[in-house]
Amino acid sequence: MPSLPDLVCPAGSLPALKAAVDHGADAVYLGFKNDTNARNFAGLNFDPKGMSDGIRYAHAKGREVLLAINTFPQAGRTADWQRAVDNAVDLGVDAIILADIGLLDYATRRHPQQRLHLSVQGSATSYEAINFCQREFNIRRAVLPRVLTLAQVENVIRNTSVEIEVFGFGSLCVMNEGRCWLSSYACGESPNTVGACSPAKYVKWDKQPGAMETRLNGILIDRFGDREPAGYPTLCKGRFEVRGDTYYALEEPTSLNVLSILPDILKIGVRAIKVEGRQRSPTYVAQVTRTLRAALDALLAGSERYQVRPAWQSELAKVSEGSQATLGAYNRPWR
Amino acid sequence: MITNFVIPRFQLPGFIAGIGQKLPQWPHTLALVGALNAALKFRLLPADELGALEGKLFRVRVLDTGGEANYSFSGGLFRPVLRPQREPDLAFAANLSAFLQLLARQEDPDTLFFNRELEITGDTELGLIVKNMLDAVEWPTPPRLPLPGR
Repeated sequence: MPSLPDLVCPAGSLPALKAAVDHGADAVYLGFKNDTNARNFAGLNFDPKGMSDGIRYAHAKGREVLLAINTFPQAGRTADWQRAVDNAVDLGVDAIILADIGLLDYATRRHPQQRLHLSVQGSATSYEAINFCQREFNIRRAVLPRVLTLAQVENVIRNTSVEIEVFGFGSLCVMNEGRCWLSSYACGESPNTVGACSPAKYVKWDKQPGAMETRLNGILIDRFGDREPAGYPTLCKGRFEVRGDTYYALEEPTSLNVLSILPDILKIGVRAIKVEGRQRSPTYVAQVTRTLRAALDALLAGSERYQVRPAWQSELAKVSEGSQATLGAYNRPWR
Repeated sequence: MITNFVIPRFQLPGFIAGIGQKLPQWPHTLALVGALNAALKFRLLPADELGALEGKLFRVRVLDTGGEANYSFSGGLFRPVLRPQREPDLAFAANLSAFLQLLARQEDPDTLFFNRELEITGDTELGLIVKNMLDAVEWPTPPRLPLPGR
């Protein structure tokens, strides 16, 4: 049997990092308190002191710390992103997750010993792109965008020696990672530029009798009835009127959940499974980490005996955006 | 130590809110403000983010008890506001069980928000700062709740 994939869990704060480690993550990923990472929200993320404490905590328990520098350097400010790379190396993170080709080049030249991962924001979906990054920047792992079917993931793995990490759980983005500008269309800021999708200062939750309206910079995104589950206030998950029909014209608020195909993910040789959600609380991190840990450990008894437990599904369903789950692209019929 | 105790989701009978609204609001307001100031004193709240709270008015409303607490942050301290003269900058509203689940870190605020059990209105960015600030607090010991059943 192939070895179990690493469980890579999110941490937006020190308590979240500890929750991930304590509940069975093999690695945690995190970001600095600035726009070098794509979860640059007020009050979230790590200053150097907190990160240093977090790295010490994780390493003491034999777990890895991966640092995401996954936004794109803005004009005239490249040095800020390069400094973030230098700081990450100084702090002793196990790997840096990078998206920008210029930064990958900087990191591999300046710090040839540092392990580098290609971020999902790097949008590499083919083994050719991944092998190019291996040849040029010596990346050891690539995180695949959530657009590939399982068969396509398998094909990538067969044709590269770079470790492959896939998403296992969390809110879904519109499938255009690293290239999405929808948030900028509404408010002039997007994950790839300022490190935040639909920044909170543009979001208004408006309580009306019998409904709640969500506006992003004045644009009506959605209107939820009192008993209807809500989602994040992003354009891609809004309900819009198109030719007389009002519906989720781009994407439904939903969460990816791969529990049911975990044996297949193991079989094709995926090296790591990632959980989305650095913006979520330590409670979410604990709930999701312990559930996926239990599922992965159940695989050790043999894939043929693996069964998804209802308790796992209900735990994950509860914390899901839109309270529903999908296999995303993994089980699409497209080739 | 409480390890297995789970706070259930519940809603108190409607008449309780009716009574609660008529009771004085200052006892729980003072208790909440006292707890927040204690957190300040023990440096549990991150100093660099507290600045964003300066001069802001907050309201916490417990829907099924009819309880409500208004307070502000100024000059480095939380202060009770017993007769607010304006709409709060940030308001939280939920049933008692949801607040207890949040405090005990049994449920995630986004989860409660998605499921419409927690209502956040007002300045969204301020809400996010407060949420993330509370998430980042390392409680000295796990919060214990004076509830029956172990």
